[in-house]
Amino acid sequence: MKIAAALAAIVVALALQTTLAGLVFRGTAALDLVLVVVIYISLVSGPGTGVVAASVAGLIQDSLSSGILGIGGLAKTIVAFLAGVIGTQFIVTAPLPRFMVFVLGTALHAAIFMGLYVLLDLRQFPNPYGGIAGQAVGNGFVGVVGFQLIEWLPGFVARRRASRPLKR
Amino acid sequence: MAFADIRQRPGVLLAVAIVGHLILISAQVQTASGLPVLQAMTFGAFSEVQRGTMSIVEGVRGTWSGYVALQDVQRENGSLRQEVQNLQVRLQEERALAQRTDNLRQLLELRERAGLETTAAEIIAAGASPEFRTVTIDKGGSDGLAADMAVISPNGVVGRVILPSRRASKVQLLIDRNAAAGALVERTRTQGVVVGFGDGTLRMQYVPGTADVKTGDLVVTSGIDGIYPKGFVIGTIENVDRGPGSYHEITVRPAVDFSRLEEVLVVRTPPPSKQVPEGGDQ
Repeated sequence: MKIAAALAAIVVALALQTTLAGLVFRGTAALDLVLVVVIYISLVSGPGTGVVAASVAGLIQDSLSSGILGIGGLAKTIVAFLAGVIGTQFIVTAPLPRFMVFVLGTALHAAIFMGLYVLLDLRQFPNPYGGIAGQAVGNGFVGVVGFQLIEWLPGFVARRRASRPLKR
Repeated sequence: MAFADIRQRPGVLLAVAIVGHLILISAQVQTASGLPVLQAMTFGAFSEVQRGTMSIVEGVRGTWSGYVALQDVQRENGSLRQEVQNLQVRLQEERALAQRTDNLRQLLELRERAGLETTAAEIIAAGASPEFRTVTIDKGGSDGLAADMAVISPNGVVGRVILPSRRASKVQLLIDRNAAAGALVERTRTQGVVVGFGDGTLRMQYVPGTADVKTGDLVVTSGIDGIYPKGFVIGTIENVDRGPGSYHEITVRPAVDFSRLEEVLVVRTPPPSKQVPEGGDQ
């Protein structure tokens, strides 16, 4: 995956994330589109590209939020690395494994993110499990659908072009 | 391309990214003590490394000083032991010197107090036979000593000169069986004669049974024997018995510890009873 395409995907995800900021499930954002994009890049391009993309995306996301700059980036970097390792070591092409990677990645991201905030005594997260579970399912769903769309879209376009009658 | 190469090493990239994020977080977050988190974490982690290093160093040092470095200890121990012995000998010498100084001071005080013409002498030998309680002093005829001169010490009467040579004299102690001195009980002025008994004690004889004498009374010289000056301490009455005759049997404990005598004074001034009147025969 090219760097430019990755950056573009991150920018789009950030734009959509800011748009969907009002969508909250049990005190936690229902979706983290930036995380979805980061995991996607890691699965497709490997841990190296994933770590770079996650660091950049996390820092931008942190800078756009009011939190500590770096905590979200660190969480996304670790998740991206592990997702990239899984993507290179295992065959993750079916929807269910992909869904599981998104769900577990989201859970790990939340654990690192919230854990660091609690560890540094900066913020408390009372009873976060419901919100994390909701976000994990949401990210998994969006991620799997996104994967399917990206994989399906080029073939769909090609078939449409092939079925179109020739103009004289 | 360098960036592409780095991406081929995801572990390194991850480590760099984590450290970078931690530095970034640390710059914004401070601990309760006001230190940046990274600084506190780094210091805390490194202090444990330092603690471990110090433990190892201390262990090595302890092993070295406790075992390897003990090679010289035996030699040092011998040297120190020798030094301790030397110091102990020197301490004894100093102590003896101090004791002698004290004795001489007491003799000097006695000489000034008695107002008699005396000669200080040192005991240089004990008697040759245990049956005769005598000592030898280092002064003799060349020092003006003569027979029947009284010998005293700061504690009391010692005896008399019985055999003066040119540079030494033999002194008969008062506790000798053949020694005697005119005495009186200081409290009641009762007179008698003190004689040596040979066992280290004295007997006061010729004290009438009606005389007021009791244990603890001080016995001093009476001066009537022509040898001992009047008023010098002989000893303390230890026991008073009613004898078979008309006299008391009185045991006197000598004031002088004859076993510890070192310096004495020889009285060169004869008692008044022995002084020859002007123009008379000696």
